[in-house]
Amino acid sequence: MSVPIHYYLILSACVFFTGLVGVLIRRNIIIILLCVELMLNATNINFVAFADYFHDLGGQIFVFFTLTVAAAEVGVGLAIVVAIHRSRSTINVEEFNLLKW
Amino acid sequence: MIYALIPFLPLAAFLILGLAGWRITDRAHLVAVPAVLLSLVLSLATFAEVASGSVITVPLYTWLTSGNLDIHIGLSIDRLTAVMLLLVTGVSSLVHIYTIGYMHGEPGYARFFSYIALFTFSMLMLVLADNLLQLFIFWEAVGLCSYLLIGHWYERASACAAATKAFLVNRVGDFGFMLGLLLVWFSFGSLNYRDVFPAAQESAWRTMNLLGLFGGTWEVPVVTVICLLLFTGAIGKSAQVPLHVWLPDAMEGPTPISALIHAATMVTAGVFMVARLSPLYNLSPTAMDVVAVVGAATMVMGATIALTQTDIKRVVAYSTVSQLGYMVMACGLGAYASGMYHLLTHGSFKALLFLACGSVIIALHHEQDMRHMGGLKDKLPITYWTFVIGSLALAGFPLTAGFFSKDDLLVSAWSSGTLGRVLTLFGLLTALLTAFYSFRLVFVTFWGTSRVDPHHAQHVREPSRTITTPLVILAVLSIVTGYLGIPAFLEPVFSTQQESVAPHDGAAFVIMILATVMGLSGIAAAYYVYVLNPHLPDRLARQWSSLYQGSLHKWYVDEAYDRAFVQPTCTAASGLWKRVDVNVIDAAVNGVARAIAWGAWLLRLVQSGQTQHYALAMALGIVAIVTVFVFF
Repeated sequence: MSVPIHYYLILSACVFFTGLVGVLIRRNIIIILLCVELMLNATNINFVAFADYFHDLGGQIFVFFTLTVAAAEVGVGLAIVVAIHRSRSTINVEEFNLLKW
Repeated sequence: MIYALIPFLPLAAFLILGLAGWRITDRAHLVAVPAVLLSLVLSLATFAEVASGSVITVPLYTWLTSGNLDIHIGLSIDRLTAVMLLLVTGVSSLVHIYTIGYMHGEPGYARFFSYIALFTFSMLMLVLADNLLQLFIFWEAVGLCSYLLIGHWYERASACAAATKAFLVNRVGDFGFMLGLLLVWFSFGSLNYRDVFPAAQESAWRTMNLLGLFGGTWEVPVVTVICLLLFTGAIGKSAQVPLHVWLPDAMEGPTPISALIHAATMVTAGVFMVARLSPLYNLSPTAMDVVAVVGAATMVMGATIALTQTDIKRVVAYSTVSQLGYMVMACGLGAYASGMYHLLTHGSFKALLFLACGSVIIALHHEQDMRHMGGLKDKLPITYWTFVIGSLALAGFPLTAGFFSKDDLLVSAWSSGTLGRVLTLFGLLTALLTAFYSFRLVFVTFWGTSRVDPHHAQHVREPSRTITTPLVILAVLSIVTGYLGIPAFLEPVFSTQQESVAPHDGAAFVIMILATVMGLSGIAAAYYVYVLNPHLPDRLARQWSSLYQGSLHKWYVDEAYDRAFVQPTCTAASGLWKRVDVNVIDAAVNGVARAIAWGAWLLRLVQSGQTQHYALAMALGIVAIVTVFVFF
């Protein structure tokens, strides 16, 4: 008696959209990075769920890769945040508009 | 090939001065004068060679051959050409020499010499041409040179305007000339004189429907149309009514160039062309009559205007218009030899008059208004005496060249038929006017009390030797050319249709007497009016006010053209500028730019610089793509 696959998928979707909305609306860049992590972890939930569903270990192996890459990404991301904070003494993304025309 | 040197020596001078003039500057005459003098010597040699009646042809260069169109540059020298060569190189040489003194120290010295050398080259090639296209090319080149030279003092607005006017007015005539050339080509399939003349002879009966395009019928002989179109060119170039307006304005150029234009080059081109193409004109009595009437109208009009002008160069300029009218009239009446004869004698005395005018002008520090002259005959003796000889020749005083040629011309005109007799009467009347205005010029300028600006009065003295020598030579020529028997020499060239010569001796004698009487009474009248009764001119001017004003304002031809052509053109141009150019063309160009700027502004709103906006756009995009993917 196992948990049906769509339970996992609904949970994953909820987590993913929480992360997505956080990325889109929050101002604090740390929170945005955290939300990116949420989205990555939502996909991880999917990977694990499908690995169990299809009896295929490939999904679980992929999760490790994702975790590794996510760790690296956060490391780079935090380093950028520190650098930005040093130069502009703010972590509010609305003030980072150098990409503007 | 030695003949080719006649035109090419001046061309070489032009090239040297044109390319290296900035180095040569005030030594420019050392290049130009020898070139033209050598060309004169060669012309004399050539003249001696063709005097026997032979015709020399020198093919120079095939320009292009396409199908049966064969265009080449070549020289053809017969008696007519040889005489013209002498006139052109002779007058041009004297003008070159005169220029040394006249233009001395001017900034454009080398430029001036290079242009007059080019002018001489163009005119020589024009008279030497053996086909119509070459004639046309150098016809245009002559027009270009006149433009450059009239506008020599280009810093003066009036000189620029006069140059433009000369060019544009000539353009009108040249357009007709070009149409004539096309018609010759279409009708006879060739542009070479020696092919065209026999072909025209054979197809003299051919007619064309001038109103075909509009569905009407108006059958006109092709030759007549050709002759009239070509004559349009001559009207422009030889300053005939109604295109005579450019010639007096050409006085804005330096005086040597006035002499060159009026005596040897440019204006003689039209008369020469009609004479050269006499085999064509002989085929079309209608065209001949038109030519004769236009010539006569020009003759009378020029003379009446010359009566009242106060600028000495303008008086002489209108007398040129009038004398050209004589020549064209003679050509139109079939008396080509007489017309050319008058052209030659006129070439010498008109060059003399102009150069003498220039001498007066330079002595008076560029004063041209004869009301500010007077009493110069003791101060400028050489100029005075040569001027008197020139005026006597112009007035047809017995035993001068002008007497013989004008007399010959009028007698030929009289013997050419009814039209000729009517026009001869006008010719006699014009002879009276001519004598009157030319001696008005002499008396007002050289006699009486001095009205010279006291500022310059003490400095008035005879200009340098380079100026007076050409005057003396031309004065001699103004008498001698009458005794050379030129008409008899030229007669064989125009062999056809001269059977009606042999005028009744009685009539010829009467006309000769009449012409002489006219000339003498004109001189006497001028003496009476301007020397004996100095107040008479003003009274006459008041009494005949409308006539006086008409003549003074050149019969309002310029004003009429201004109203009819210049102002409408300017109005249309400014209308096009303000409406079409600004509102349509500029608006279209600016509108495109503005539309792009506006679109870019819209697109710019998307690019906020906020990373989150981009992320939102990506998310929405994914949603959209997935929606499409899943549901469609």
